Amino acid sequence: MRYALNAEWTKLRTLAGTAWLLVGTIALTIAVGAATAGATTCPMTGCTQDTVKLSLTGIYLGQAVVAILAVLVISGEYTTGMIRTTLTAMPRRTTVLAAKAVVLTGLVLVAAVVAVAGSLVAGRLLQPGLTLDSPALRAGLGAVLYLVLIALFGLGTATAVRDPAVGVGVVLGLLYLFPIMAAAIGDQHWKKHLEQVAPMTAGLAITATKNLHDLPISPWKGLGVLVVWAAAAMLLGGLVLRTRDA
Amino acid sequence: MTAVIPYVSKAPQGRAGFAQLVRAEWTKFRTIRAWVIGSLLAVGATVVFGLLGSSVQGSCNVAACDVPTGPGGEAVADGFTFVHRSLAGDGSITARVGALTAEDTAPPGERNVLPEWAKAGVIVKASTKPGSAYAAVLLTPGHGVRMQYDFTHDLAGPATARWVRLTRAGRTLTGYASADGVTWTRIGSARLSGLPQTVEAGMFTTSPQYTRVSSGVGLSAETWPTTATARFDQVRTTGGWASGAWHGTWPSGQGLGPEGPGPANGFQESGGVFTVTGTGDIAPDVAGVVGLGVTPGRILAGAFAGLIAVVVIGALYITAEHRRGLIRTTLVASPRRARVLAAKALVLGAVAFAVGMVGAAITVPLGDRMVWSGGGYVIRVAPPAMVRVIVGTGLLFAAAAVLALGIGSILRRSAVSVAAVIMLIIVPYILAYGAIVPPGATQWLARITPAAAFAIQQVIPRYHQVSGIYAPAEGFYPLSPWAGLGVLCAYAAVALGAAMVLLRRRDA
Repeated sequence: MRYALNAEWTKLRTLAGTAWLLVGTIALTIAVGAATAGATTCPMTGCTQDTVKLSLTGIYLGQAVVAILAVLVISGEYTTGMIRTTLTAMPRRTTVLAAKAVVLTGLVLVAAVVAVAGSLVAGRLLQPGLTLDSPALRAGLGAVLYLVLIALFGLGTATAVRDPAVGVGVVLGLLYLFPIMAAAIGDQHWKKHLEQVAPMTAGLAITATKNLHDLPISPWKGLGVLVVWAAAAMLLGGLVLRTRDA
Repeated sequence: MTAVIPYVSKAPQGRAGFAQLVRAEWTKFRTIRAWVIGSLLAVGATVVFGLLGSSVQGSCNVAACDVPTGPGGEAVADGFTFVHRSLAGDGSITARVGALTAEDTAPPGERNVLPEWAKAGVIVKASTKPGSAYAAVLLTPGHGVRMQYDFTHDLAGPATARWVRLTRAGRTLTGYASADGVTWTRIGSARLSGLPQTVEAGMFTTSPQYTRVSSGVGLSAETWPTTATARFDQVRTTGGWASGAWHGTWPSGQGLGPEGPGPANGFQESGGVFTVTGTGDIAPDVAGVVGLGVTPGRILAGAFAGLIAVVVIGALYITAEHRRGLIRTTLVASPRRARVLAAKALVLGAVAFAVGMVGAAITVPLGDRMVWSGGGYVIRVAPPAMVRVIVGTGLLFAAAAVLALGIGSILRRSAVSVAAVIMLIIVPYILAYGAIVPPGATQWLARITPAAAFAIQQVIPRYHQVSGIYAPAEGFYPLSPWAGLGVLCAYAAVALGAAMVLLRRRDA
């Protein structure tokens, strides 16, 4: 496993795109979060709005960059044929996928910590009402975990799909289609159910710090739903990798 | 010594026109099975997700959903207290209207005020059937004297007048207003095509529901019905009026208002003074938080699945050539590189247009039927707007695919290109129309990002004479439909232009 980790780390480290995508995740997340926080007007008497959640709006875009990185970790090898070399060198395919998951998790974790911390600091500067109390810290920690889980979800899905464009299309489709559908549904009962099972709407419940009873699902439970999605995607990807020709 | 005769092929010489280039690109597209299947899947996804959404649109009770349509085919509210007599042929009615007063209908703790578009005045209507043609001159608490006709038309009159007059000559109705009953100002005239010889005419009062929007990131509104009372005197009629007493009628097309006449609605007459109390509205219906029903744009929410598929194909259409090295063959065969991209854009745009239009043409009527059979209500819109939504969805798909092609040609990386297009079109849509960012940012996102193109799916115009929440989340966009689509087309054109320049400069 140590050699597998070393190999995957070397592959990912030496790709020019990796650093750019990580920087892109951080920059986009902070920029969009700061723009949203700056565009929010709060009365002096007290803010009714969830400033923590607004400061973390950048996650909506940042996760797409994380998804690209996650998809390319495996799909990039299929486009270049590198996967055959990899699997010849390391015939235990589950180990390869596990090593990729560990390296990806580490990289995304670092980027997510910087992106989320930066967003909260920018939000604090633009919205003096934002206090870094325990719900805000929970939201921040949850947002970091959310980005890591999105990366694992993307890696598993891409391992099953293989083509990079289709992989990104499927991952972002599963993330973004559900909230659009939920917004268009008139039946409140069905709308809530859809938001409870969708990876993005359930997972992002963790970033809310106000009006928690209005959420479709409680914060940690919502993150649990995303854990199920990520685990299912990794399981599916692992099965496909083991059983199909590369 | 023998002369060497060079070999000359007997085959006809190939031509290098643009048509041949388009044909070559079309052959490349249709012979890759995954792209053909992907295009069919895009149509299927648009329909399936659209219908899944339509099947759970909820229901409203039958009385509230029974919304009449006006002469233009659009859904309208047509509920008011009507004090009328028959008028055969030409004639006129003049009256002095006192200020409108509010009946106490507000919920506990709320101020009892009339909405600014409560109405009292004189009206000529084809019949008492809800949705029939009409013209009226009326007073409002917030907007002075107005002349309105056939629900969607509204002309401003003097702000302080108290006297109103409506004259009929054939099918033409002319409205006047006056401050003193002596000097009259003409407001305007209307030609009502559906007006029969004998019409119902007289005085009316109505008052729409009061709407208070709760500010915040999400949209929410509190509404309650209101009732207005107006006093009419100095009522004078000329022309072919039926003799006898005035009748009171409450046309039942309430739309936004409560069902049926309330206990207070009605009129009293004593010594030539009429006191008329009414509730409801005479206006086009709007959807959303304060209105009823589903817009066809909502039925097309499933189109996003098809859009993503089209974007994936659009990016692959060029990046696959780079990946497999086919681009070198293509550019050897056709050295004028910009024309290659133009041909690709034409073929891809045509396929994406067909996918979007066919998907929408199947989804909108089927989804409409599913919403109705589920007990829901779809806002009825005029046929030209329906055609624009369906054709416009095709154009939206085409522009998005060309944008993906342009970005794909610039970046040469399919995954990054697909994600970039989705981030440009779909993420702003979610942020703006899902009301996740504050209202001010929403308006800008719906103007300057490619997501502005979804304005093409707006079917209900913004009526200044109806109080409503005209937010993107409710299907009301800041740009006009074609201007919104133009924003996306501009992005696609810039991306394609940059791609052409870079393809000529860079090694393939």
